[in-house]
Amino acid sequence: MKLHLKIWRQKGPKETGAFKDYTVDNASEHMSFLEMLDFLNTSLVQKGEEAVQFDHDCREGICGSCSLMINGNPHGPETGTATCQLHMRKFNDGDTIVIEPFRAKAFPILRDLCVDRTAFDRIMAAGGFCSINTGNAPEANSILIGKETAEKAMDSAACIGCGACVAACKNASAMLFVSAKVSQMALLPQGDPERGKRVRGMVAQMDQEMFGSCSNTGACEAACPKEIKLENIARLNREMLRATFVE
Amino acid sequence: MMKCKSFLTSSVGQKFLVAITGLGLSGFVLAHMLGNLLMFVGADAYNLYGHKLTSTPLIYVAEVGLIAFFLTHLGLTLKLTRENRTARPLTPEQLPSNPVKKASFASRSMALSGLMVFTFVILHLVTFKFGTYYETEVDGVKMRDLYRLVAEWFQKEWYAGFYLVCMVILFTHLSHGFSAAFQSLGLQSVHNRNIKRLGWAFAVIVGGGFFIQPLYMYLWGAP
Repeated sequence: MKLHLKIWRQKGPKETGAFKDYTVDNASEHMSFLEMLDFLNTSLVQKGEEAVQFDHDCREGICGSCSLMINGNPHGPETGTATCQLHMRKFNDGDTIVIEPFRAKAFPILRDLCVDRTAFDRIMAAGGFCSINTGNAPEANSILIGKETAEKAMDSAACIGCGACVAACKNASAMLFVSAKVSQMALLPQGDPERGKRVRGMVAQMDQEMFGSCSNTGACEAACPKEIKLENIARLNREMLRATFVE
Repeated sequence: MMKCKSFLTSSVGQKFLVAITGLGLSGFVLAHMLGNLLMFVGADAYNLYGHKLTSTPLIYVAEVGLIAFFLTHLGLTLKLTRENRTARPLTPEQLPSNPVKKASFASRSMALSGLMVFTFVILHLVTFKFGTYYETEVDGVKMRDLYRLVAEWFQKEWYAGFYLVCMVILFTHLSHGFSAAFQSLGLQSVHNRNIKRLGWAFAVIVGGGFFIQPLYMYLWGAP
């Protein structure tokens, strides 16, 4: 299939970027989106041009490295999948595809389509962990957790921290990410001792990183490749209240 | 105390205040709409309601509270919107794209619809509260003839039309705002089916209630 690509090219964090047009002639519909970019890059290198830089790693939807705004959608028009799981059969022959990096003040562009998402790491370092020494694995039935609660915690833990929620949000808010990371531990007894400290630390870091606030639009939920639910954000707000007025 | 301060300066805490004040103002518009329905009963009932409402000293407490809620809601949302704009700078080179994964129109345009409602409220106060003072007598008591003023304004096509447009904007603002407040307060997700229904029902009742009033006055309000 023949594709017309409009790709954001930017030499470095301080340079001004611009869209550049490329045409890919013999792309296969079986290629993944990233393979199609590999294919383009091969031809660019052969012509002696600079390859398009983009983030990727596992290419099976679990690492959270890939990003890209494809025709204005984080991870492309498909729902519940990351860019690496998007295939060219979802596009038509002759389509024009606009490819941009995730855009947010807190995610500075490093080069072309690569963005610096270490702000998420700093939020995690501000409390998104359990620091208690748990010793060896306890007997499986010594801590009872209801099926529903366990499922909810697991659903929240599915967040791969790719930043699609930030890219989708008109406010570049990181609330869906932070709420998923707070929820996965707030729901379980192991996370309980540090519950208040965790949520206060993570929210403070989130604000410091200059992410916007939540307008409850739900654009993040629609864009999330792991289908993290908005109820996590309600839980985060509740956790903040609890940490302030109950603890 | 420190905890409380850091809560109120955090984005989560500020959205909490926006939600509380928003719900308070929602309660006010609902009461205002219900009170205004007395115009369907008749001029005397409407004027008597207005007279009773303004002659109790409690009205000043309520007015101060209302202004405080209004200013808090407006001030915080202006501040947050400004911060949100900086958090997501839109480059002029960015092409206007048409994403499939997007939020509802009402939720994306809260700042704009809010500012329009604010402008309307100012004009509304100038037109009615601080408008021409007609006097009437009901059961021997002298009082303001607000009904006459309302009827006069809604006889003008352009004003009735403008008012209807404003009510559609208020409806849009409420259709997202009311249910969104529940999420900011940490009670329920805005996408919870029942909360969404409640938000829509509230917006339809308030917006609809206000919508039929100018229509009625335009058609049957002529003296």
